[in-house]
Amino acid sequence: MERSRTEPVRLVYLTELTGMRLIGPKGTRIGRVKEAAVSPREHPRRVSRFLFGSGRTKFAVRWDQVRVFEEDGIVLADESFVPYHGDENHLLLTKDLLDQQIIDVNGRKVVRVNDIALRVARNGNEQLWVHEVGVGLQGAFRRLAEGLLPNRIIREVQERMAPNSIPWEACNIVEPDPQRRLRLSISHKRLETIHPADLADIVEELGSEDREALFETLGEEFAAETLEEVKDTVKTSILHSLEPERAADILEEMDPAEAADALALLQKGAREDIVRDMEPEPADEVAELLEYEDDTAAGMMATRYLAFPLESTVGSVVASLQGEDSQVKRLTHFFLVDADGRLVASVSLGRLAIAPPDTPARSLAYRTTVEVGMDAKAEEVVEVFEKYNLYALPVVDAGRVLQGQITADDVISFLSPELERGL
Amino acid sequence: MALLRNLRVRALAFLGVLGPGFITAMVDNDAGGIFTYSDAGARWGYIPLWTLLPITLLLVVSQEMCARMGAVTGKGLSDLIREEYGLRMTVIVMGLLLAVNFTNVAANFAGIAGAMELLPVSRYISVPLGALLVWVLVVKGTYQSVEKVFLAASGFYIAYVVSAVLVEPDWELAMRSTVQPALLADRGYIAVMIGMVGTSVAPWMQFYLQAAIVEKGIDSKQYRDTRVEVVVGCVLMAVVAFFIIVACAGAIWEHGARPIQSPDEAAEALLPLGRYAFALFAGGLLCSSLFASSILPLSTAYTVCEGLGLESGVDNDFDEAPTFYWMYTLLIVLGAGVVLIPGFPLVRMILASQVLNGILLPIVMIFIVRLANREDLMREWTNGRFYNFVAWSAVAVMIGLSILLAAFSIFPSAPVASMPSVP
Repeated sequence: MERSRTEPVRLVYLTELTGMRLIGPKGTRIGRVKEAAVSPREHPRRVSRFLFGSGRTKFAVRWDQVRVFEEDGIVLADESFVPYHGDENHLLLTKDLLDQQIIDVNGRKVVRVNDIALRVARNGNEQLWVHEVGVGLQGAFRRLAEGLLPNRIIREVQERMAPNSIPWEACNIVEPDPQRRLRLSISHKRLETIHPADLADIVEELGSEDREALFETLGEEFAAETLEEVKDTVKTSILHSLEPERAADILEEMDPAEAADALALLQKGAREDIVRDMEPEPADEVAELLEYEDDTAAGMMATRYLAFPLESTVGSVVASLQGEDSQVKRLTHFFLVDADGRLVASVSLGRLAIAPPDTPARSLAYRTTVEVGMDAKAEEVVEVFEKYNLYALPVVDAGRVLQGQITADDVISFLSPELERGL
Repeated sequence: MALLRNLRVRALAFLGVLGPGFITAMVDNDAGGIFTYSDAGARWGYIPLWTLLPITLLLVVSQEMCARMGAVTGKGLSDLIREEYGLRMTVIVMGLLLAVNFTNVAANFAGIAGAMELLPVSRYISVPLGALLVWVLVVKGTYQSVEKVFLAASGFYIAYVVSAVLVEPDWELAMRSTVQPALLADRGYIAVMIGMVGTSVAPWMQFYLQAAIVEKGIDSKQYRDTRVEVVVGCVLMAVVAFFIIVACAGAIWEHGARPIQSPDEAAEALLPLGRYAFALFAGGLLCSSLFASSILPLSTAYTVCEGLGLESGVDNDFDEAPTFYWMYTLLIVLGAGVVLIPGFPLVRMILASQVLNGILLPIVMIFIVRLANREDLMREWTNGRFYNFVAWSAVAVMIGLSILLAAFSIFPSAPVASMPSVP
């Protein structure tokens, strides 16, 4: 009996599959399916084993023993079963996936699995392929009604509900155990397509083990960008959970000011463990920044900024900018300093673009140079920003020597908790 | 001005030390708590005092388990129930919790009504205003700043300590009753005992505390401090309960045992403090009721939505988390609404809600203890034997008491032969 190619997708839900009858080639009833396993290293979505049996002794039916999926059961080609004692290469759909949190890479959020839809695929015999994961009311209803109402009625009711499911390829399982991650070929690489700020929101919703797993596996730079965006309480527990070496690697990738802020959240001992593992240069920068009070200009500033000699021309500035791989985060301004490093003027980078190369950089500077001292209070910094409509503000020490810059986003980060508190 | 701000900063820093454990313990003494202890003292004098020792032990054990689970797993209690026991079980537990918490919400609006009627302000004015206030505080995100005010208002309980001293109770009898267990074969007495356990070790607190620990990002490394704070909070709660009972026993029971039927009767416990006793009682009851009505509906909606895998939390807006906001709003509107039904028996309903807490407690406790014993979740932080002993005994006793209460309710005159009576 050949089926036409335009036949609609036949779906079997995991809640239906568990409890489905296994029927031998001669019609003998063998048992009911208790669990289904996928072996991602063999095939990313095909159900490779159907488990049945009661109590502790479970038996496994391999996918190629199945002949056909019928309304009243799964018809098998033979009756040779092996006892099942668990297999590290298997992802158990009920145990490992149902009711657990997964990350929806497309929707960029954490969701809980209500049900799993499997598609009947024909390739020689009939197989079940994981199709999508139900996270909405449909799946929840099916779970609750299963066994209480006939399947047909459940399907009819659920079709009237709004579907809410995630295609299998967009599902990211977070697996804390690195060995198992390998065996199940679970990678967290796809998460790096999510904006760090969105991933930070996701991280905040995960349990501590899952969080740790993510920060162990993400690329250092990406992990650093994400960690910057995570709220302080969660930041602390992530830094606690990581090996000091790994934490140090991530913090090195962060702007020293951000790294210092993160370290300031930790107890002295934990903090020193991490700083010890950092490269000498960022470690010194961070150690110095840690000395400053949080709510002063020195505490807010970034120590990476652009500064050029007073006599620079537009051409020389551009040339040196193009030459290096800049570690400066917000390329909006640069500063002109005298031979002793004292601040003379600030210049908007945008103005460079419209000036001929031989123009002295100084002639593009703002008429008055606005700066604050290291010990200026954060409120004062905000006022200065507001008054002069700034994007970047240089910070100088008592001898007017340039020490760092505060950019508009630093001011926003300072202000947003105040706003939330409704002050 | 600067001085004022400095003082404020210092006061906030001090209150900042008060973490989730302390806050939970203070919210624990809500309208339900005040009336349950008052009723116990007014009706049975010093006799129920002995329950406070086992109650404190149980409270410490249960709160510590939840705090530990939160710190180790980084997940809420409803998340864990969902992940380990599946959707169906979660729906059942959440349904029960929702129903029982609803009566607790109503009890606290009844507390607001009762407090304001002492002043006297009609409940038809005070309850809608209170409901609106609570709703706005939380939804508009200003709750955080008000929480400190509520916490400071918990100082009201000192009034009971002073009153208990001034009323010159029979201290010898009080002390003896504290260590001498006494069971009475009386339906009212059994209900009081269930209510006392239910108000002290309320099921919602377990969910709330664990969520608060997770929200604060407390991890297993920071956990030791939290444990101390949780224990201190529990002991403090028990001390407050002790003095409420003694004050009521001294001021009311000594002049003739009678149940508390209206707020002004409960306020009589503070009469030794002079003519402002009623205003003082009203103020204290109002604050603790408002405090609990801010936390309870929010915590309930949060817990239920988390368990069901729905978006929750006030960080989301209405469109992102409709179920959460609807549940939160309905709990407040309906909770406040039932109090406004003409002839609503305020105090009787408050007391009944605490008995329901006590009946639900063993069910929730079974989940907590089983989860806290799971090595795969808790690693080296699983329960010790003593913990399991205390918790399982409490489950057995509470189930036993609930069955007895049911038996007495069905057969009011049934003799209970095996119970020792008290002189």
